Amino acid sequence: MMAEVQPDIEYQAHLAEGHFMIQRGIASGVHHFYPRAIEPGTGRALEWVEASGKGKVHSVTVISRKPPLEPYNVVLVDLAEGPRMMSRVDGIDPAAIRIGMAVTARIVEEDERQFVVFVPAEEA
Amino acid sequence: MTSSPFPRGKVSIVGATTFGQGRAPGFQSSDLAAIAARDALAQAGLTPADVDGLFFCHPTDTFGGLSFAQYLGIHPTITDNSRVGGSAFQAYVEQATFLLDAGLIDVALIAFGNNQATATGKLATTIYPMTYEAPYKPINPVSSYALAAARHMHQYGTTQEQLGEVALAARSWAQMNPEAFKRDPLDMETYMASRTVSSPLKVLDCCLVTDGAAAIVLTRTDRARDLIARPVAVLGAASATTHREISWMEDLTVTAAKDSGARAYAAAGVTASDIDVVQVYDAFTINTILFLEDLGFCPKGEGGRFVEGGAIAPGGRLPVNTNGGGLSCCHPGMYGLFTLVEAIRQLRGECGTRQVTDPHLAIAHGNGGVLSSQATVILGSPETI
Repeated sequence: MMAEVQPDIEYQAHLAEGHFMIQRGIASGVHHFYPRAIEPGTGRALEWVEASGKGKVHSVTVISRKPPLEPYNVVLVDLAEGPRMMSRVDGIDPAAIRIGMAVTARIVEEDERQFVVFVPAEEA
Repeated sequence: MTSSPFPRGKVSIVGATTFGQGRAPGFQSSDLAAIAARDALAQAGLTPADVDGLFFCHPTDTFGGLSFAQYLGIHPTITDNSRVGGSAFQAYVEQATFLLDAGLIDVALIAFGNNQATATGKLATTIYPMTYEAPYKPINPVSSYALAAARHMHQYGTTQEQLGEVALAARSWAQMNPEAFKRDPLDMETYMASRTVSSPLKVLDCCLVTDGAAAIVLTRTDRARDLIARPVAVLGAASATTHREISWMEDLTVTAAKDSGARAYAAAGVTASDIDVVQVYDAFTINTILFLEDLGFCPKGEGGRFVEGGAIAPGGRLPVNTNGGGLSCCHPGMYGLFTLVEAIRQLRGECGTRQVTDPHLAIAHGNGGVLSSQATVILGSPETI
């Protein structure tokens, strides 16, 4: 019997080793994010594959904060493989982030958790 | 038109009221809901003891339906406290109608109350941040709606001023509603100068945080006619869910209202052009634009231009959110039931200076989560059955 995927634990373990992994349906070939135990729709098995890290900004919001705190951005990124994810774009003035902008993934660690952010593609 | 399984016109609303909109110090959430329930039942000469179908949302109590049955001192046959967000109340109308028509229950009470503004001053919530969104610190729900608004602007050229038109229209209606919480004048200059919370949404694009309660009572239409003179008929109702978090909304500019609306219209045998008065869940200004499009009042992408020039304000081409909406009347955490009460009041001709002239068909649309769950109810005067 195939061992069941433990989605979040395995995803985090890959990030800790420096790999941004997403899932792909073994039968369907369709990529998915976020990590799940079964494929959405079909309910079938998933395998881990390394994301290319390439993506485009699908939407962006800039969240205002009381000075001296700086505003920060939250984006939705369409990964080259198809899935969409929430993230942020670092290394750029939040006001300069545009929908459609090409971005590249980076793994960062904050608050004792590793997660994926993006930087503008030309700085990759 | 495909045939609908919905029992059109077989169920009617015989009571509808609100209580404690704005600030209601001294009351717990269940107290507010109980008072609204008592008053809604009394409109039809009923008491809590007559209720055998209870549909209730408590802002924080997981077992809210059980607690409210206990509070009312009743033993319902059907108790539902499902949590699909602020659209739950439209979904309750849909489900209660089938249950009433099938004879499983005889009197359905749909109720809600929330004392959040007085209790904490914040949106009362039991929502957990989603693991794969939390690291980016979106201010939810506003940031999720902001992402949808930004996308609508990008694709369709919707402008900040067009979002502002929605806020101004809501305020103009609120000024004619004695129950509305925000009734001071609002102009475009003030809107444009207001603080941005999560771009493009400004503080005046966001709904209020208030207390408030509402209740409606449904029974089969044949019995309804014995209880009150002019019951409001449930002509159609339908629900749809597409996602939970905004990250998994397939098209940020198209909501499941397109689907729930189409099925509700099919059930009622009417189209958007037949509707006399519109109530949609305006948690944020972008909602009104999205729902006017998805419910067929204008083509996709045209919502911003549709609301320009006071078109949905008093005296405009389409009366929308005539109580002032979640933006200016009240928003006690879950607003769906208030759209239903206002639609019912308009059809009963109870709306004073904001009364729409002789309406026969009304739509009340609920939204839950972050554009996640949608449910639409079409109501009619007795003549529409």
